[in-house]
Amino acid sequence: MPKLIRDTRLLLTMHIQDTLRNPVFLIMGLVQPVIWLLLFAPLLEGLMHVPGFEGSHAIGFFAPGLLVMLAVVSTLFAGMGVINDVREGIIEKLRVTPVARFALPLSLIARDGIMLMMQMGMLLLIGGLLGLRPDPVGLALLFPLIMLVGLFVASISYVLALSLKNEYALSGAANFFLLPLVLLSGISLPLTLAPPFLQLLGSINPFSHAVNAARALSQGHLAHTAVSSGFVLFAMLFALAFVWSVRSFRSITR
Amino acid sequence: MSIIQTEKLSKQFKTSPGDVVHAVQDVTLSVEQGTIFGFLGPNGAGKSTTMHMLTTLLAPSGGSARIVGYDLLKEAPQIRQQIGFVSQLGGLKESATGREQLLLYAQLHGLNRKEAVKRITELSDTLELSHFIDRPISTYSGGQKRRIDLATGIVHKPKLLFLDEPTTALDPQSRARLWAEVEKLRDQGTTVFLTTHYMDEADALCDRIAVMDHGQVIAEDTPAGLKQHMSSDAITIETEPHLLNTTSESLARLPFVHTIHPEDTRLHVYVDGGDRVLPEILSTVEVVHSVTMTRPTLDDVFLHLTGRSLRENSN
Repeated sequence: MPKLIRDTRLLLTMHIQDTLRNPVFLIMGLVQPVIWLLLFAPLLEGLMHVPGFEGSHAIGFFAPGLLVMLAVVSTLFAGMGVINDVREGIIEKLRVTPVARFALPLSLIARDGIMLMMQMGMLLLIGGLLGLRPDPVGLALLFPLIMLVGLFVASISYVLALSLKNEYALSGAANFFLLPLVLLSGISLPLTLAPPFLQLLGSINPFSHAVNAARALSQGHLAHTAVSSGFVLFAMLFALAFVWSVRSFRSITR
Repeated sequence: MSIIQTEKLSKQFKTSPGDVVHAVQDVTLSVEQGTIFGFLGPNGAGKSTTMHMLTTLLAPSGGSARIVGYDLLKEAPQIRQQIGFVSQLGGLKESATGREQLLLYAQLHGLNRKEAVKRITELSDTLELSHFIDRPISTYSGGQKRRIDLATGIVHKPKLLFLDEPTTALDPQSRARLWAEVEKLRDQGTTVFLTTHYMDEADALCDRIAVMDHGQVIAEDTPAGLKQHMSSDAITIETEPHLLNTTSESLARLPFVHTIHPEDTRLHVYVDGGDRVLPEILSTVEVVHSVTMTRPTLDDVFLHLTGRSLRENSN
């Protein structure tokens, strides 16, 4: 166990330095939600009397959904790095050392979590400048919720990357899922406005439950069932996806 | 004492259903501690596959091996503690500096930070890394990158070092330098196992050579011993392409000619006592554009063993 922690820490240092030195993905992940926040939130202002918005503040309604979007778009391409590391022989070189095998996926997912929390902090800061005032306790609980959502997506990205082993295929697969998942999550407009078939599709989409939970948290409705069901759902999804990704890693790390 | 001992090591790959490629077949060899052992053969001969098995990266399909005293099939973690591997791919993180990567690999092998820092200073001096060790690896020249590669492979002072095609794509100066480093390591007691498709490399560097072709070891000896197997001289005659066959046939009738290998517009003729029989050979050949006579090189040995020149395969 101490060896696993030590090796994970060593690899984590390498991964974090690598990400901070090529911050393209870090910035890319943040750019999309920020653009939505700056250019779409004002559009909602005039709709606040419409049922479904519950007469809330536009930014207060919209920002929690954007945190879920951030969790998805900033981790969806996490697998890209692994494809590169396999091709460049980095994984092979590590495998010849006595490194604890489990430290490889663990250090990557830890890196993804830390980076996501940094991005989330920045997005909340921008939101705060635009008048976002979430419930303090809800805000504290938003961090672990968004973390679970992000690490679930990152794990799926590693599974896809390690089975496709090709950046273009991964990028294609990720984009194929991204748009419908975002549209059907109620991030931009509440799904209560949607016709029944869209509401049904939305309720199947796990991310809509994350958005509901995030919205309830930021409004301070901590006891709302959306909160507990969102946490339980994503804790389970993350656990399953992480186990699956560790198994995928085993195929390349033996 | 042998540090590598393999017994009928084999690797098969299933390329498509029902189609099996025998990448490595029944490789049995023994490498003595403190020597440089070369694995020589064209690309695709199975050298890298063998090395991947010996370094615990690839599970053998058959056979067994003992590496540094441990069972390859059962004791891979113990083996990894004792070996270093410098792969063809490099495998360095481009955004990191050389020092950061050295620190990582030293610590992954169990050195504490203080020991690692001390060892890196030592390596920086002996391998002359100091003027680029703190720059990002993405800015390195090919030779500099290879020196950091080598350094990460020996940072934990392994008993056994594997080098996969260590000088491919290096300029002559960097190549000579790397040879010197490898010899120095051997003289300090490290066993070096390397693959190469360069004859001169195997000849200059290795204490023993195994020649590999089509997944099998077809000869194993010292460089001198391999050359001695063909005690004959090599005469290379350049002639007209359309005369190649007839010339080859008439030369084959001469009693002192051992073997003839045609290649492009040239004939490689192996004979006893080349200097005495050269006049008779030349009088048999109708058109002679040029003629050279050499003592056999490892190139000739390979041609002799496989019927193919190593150079035409190496591209």
